[in-house]
Amino acid sequence: MGINFRKETFRDDFTFRNSPENIRRFPFPYHEDAYMYSVNIEPHVPGPKNSVFEHLVDVDEHYVSEMQDRAMVLAEDPLRCQSLPHMTLAGWDLLELLMTEKAASYPEHFSLTREGDRWHWINRPLGIDDTFTFGDVSTLPYGPMEYITRQSQGDFAILDQRDNNLWMDAGMITTQADWSLDFDIGMNFFEWHAPVPLAHEMGVFTRALKFLTNIQQGKPARRLNWTMTINPRLDTSPENFHKWGSDRLTVTPENVGEKVHLRVELQSFWRLPRSNALVFPIRCYLLKMDELVTVPKWARRFHRVLRDLPVELAEYKGLTRYRQTTVEWLSKYDDGAPTSPGFSPD
Amino acid sequence: MKTILSRPVYGTLSPQAGKSHLLIADAEGASAILDLAKKAPEDFFAHAHIMFIPGRTGDSFQASLKALKPAQYYEGPSVAAALPRLNWTLANAHMGLRMYLAGTEGLIGQMMQAAIEAGIDPASIQTEHRGSWARRIQCVHCKGITENVTTQPATCSHCGLLLLVRDHYSKRHAAFQGVCINAEDPTEIPQTEEIFR
Repeated sequence: MGINFRKETFRDDFTFRNSPENIRRFPFPYHEDAYMYSVNIEPHVPGPKNSVFEHLVDVDEHYVSEMQDRAMVLAEDPLRCQSLPHMTLAGWDLLELLMTEKAASYPEHFSLTREGDRWHWINRPLGIDDTFTFGDVSTLPYGPMEYITRQSQGDFAILDQRDNNLWMDAGMITTQADWSLDFDIGMNFFEWHAPVPLAHEMGVFTRALKFLTNIQQGKPARRLNWTMTINPRLDTSPENFHKWGSDRLTVTPENVGEKVHLRVELQSFWRLPRSNALVFPIRCYLLKMDELVTVPKWARRFHRVLRDLPVELAEYKGLTRYRQTTVEWLSKYDDGAPTSPGFSPD
Repeated sequence: MKTILSRPVYGTLSPQAGKSHLLIADAEGASAILDLAKKAPEDFFAHAHIMFIPGRTGDSFQASLKALKPAQYYEGPSVAAALPRLNWTLANAHMGLRMYLAGTEGLIGQMMQAAIEAGIDPASIQTEHRGSWARRIQCVHCKGITENVTTQPATCSHCGLLLLVRDHYSKRHAAFQGVCINAEDPTEIPQTEEIFR
């Protein structure tokens, strides 16, 4: 019994969709009928079976197609993957973390055999079978961070910790929402979050930094963030904004269900053992409105959240052009009944 | 003025204890050096190197700067032209060199970049903004840098896209970020205003 990997696209003809089982495991991010910023960090521990938290590094039915999309992004724009010279050791740390987690959680798809520094890695879904020397960059086809993140869903930011701050000094960022690694690389925690409205004044980043710099090895943490995307496009980079921005004008009452997606980021935070860096995987999950409304509680709640969202947040998340159309479409699925507390579908 | 946390905060130049002093300014930045001189010990400029890029101020500051009698005085047409000399100076600098940067954000940012690459602690560098608030921007799309941007929006001098000039600033690029302002609807052409003066 393994994962049935879908063959689908996140560009051009946009054939991405979720199977019914995958809809049920979507990490719906609102625990009540309203949304406001909060630090909302919790321990990243294994969760219920058939949820995205079942394994600490989640692999799902979109894995193979997402990795193909990443390879296309990198071929067009190699600057999406950058690592400052002092971050190579952290790259090896990340490679070890992802290989060991994947091999332990999904033995039918991945295997890792270690004899001293000689490592043998098999990634069956992507058809990779490599033997290399851990710590020797010349034995891999890419740097260690690039090598393993070409095989791992989600973006990855690696943060160096020094001077009581975190520094965005390496990353593989191909599915980002409105930030550029090439621009932000080398910035500290407050600098790269500088454009976020409201949250600085609320002290969110000061508290978050304090929490993150205290993360211990073996005790990762996580939080959810969300935005919306028109079409199931993974590469919503600012680099290509002039190519995809006009998607936002294409939403009509007839196509909301197919075109408008809730985009949830599962962000997790891990201390790396050798480098003492933090790695910050940002995993993106997409859900079509047609798929969302198959869960009545989520349909009611998302209608209320989107309708009542503060204007600044809607603007920052880029929802302004299609928010009203989407709210009206969702209202058909909201009979005003109360919703149960918590994230679960009921 | 409301600012954001990625943008540098500039101070006021004041003479520091040190064996030698490297003072770099463009345009009205020269007046910050002249003001520092009023507070400086007598032998300060005997160990000073002034690098000056007059820009829009033409020849209005040269005589006063030279009258400070710096050990070395340089005048150049642009930051790009001055960088080889700066890099040589930093590479051959001794312990106890103090750096002072004054003028536009573009000058301060680029000189700071060169200093950081040479291993100088940025916290030890004095900066003061004077003169134009013209911005140096990196186009997030084509990655080209456009100098001396005074308008919002601004046209990328490389790819021609109409860019929203953001306040988000990268010290590594010494530039603000420019993002296509009409990506959602390219037929919308917002009015251009001269706001970074």
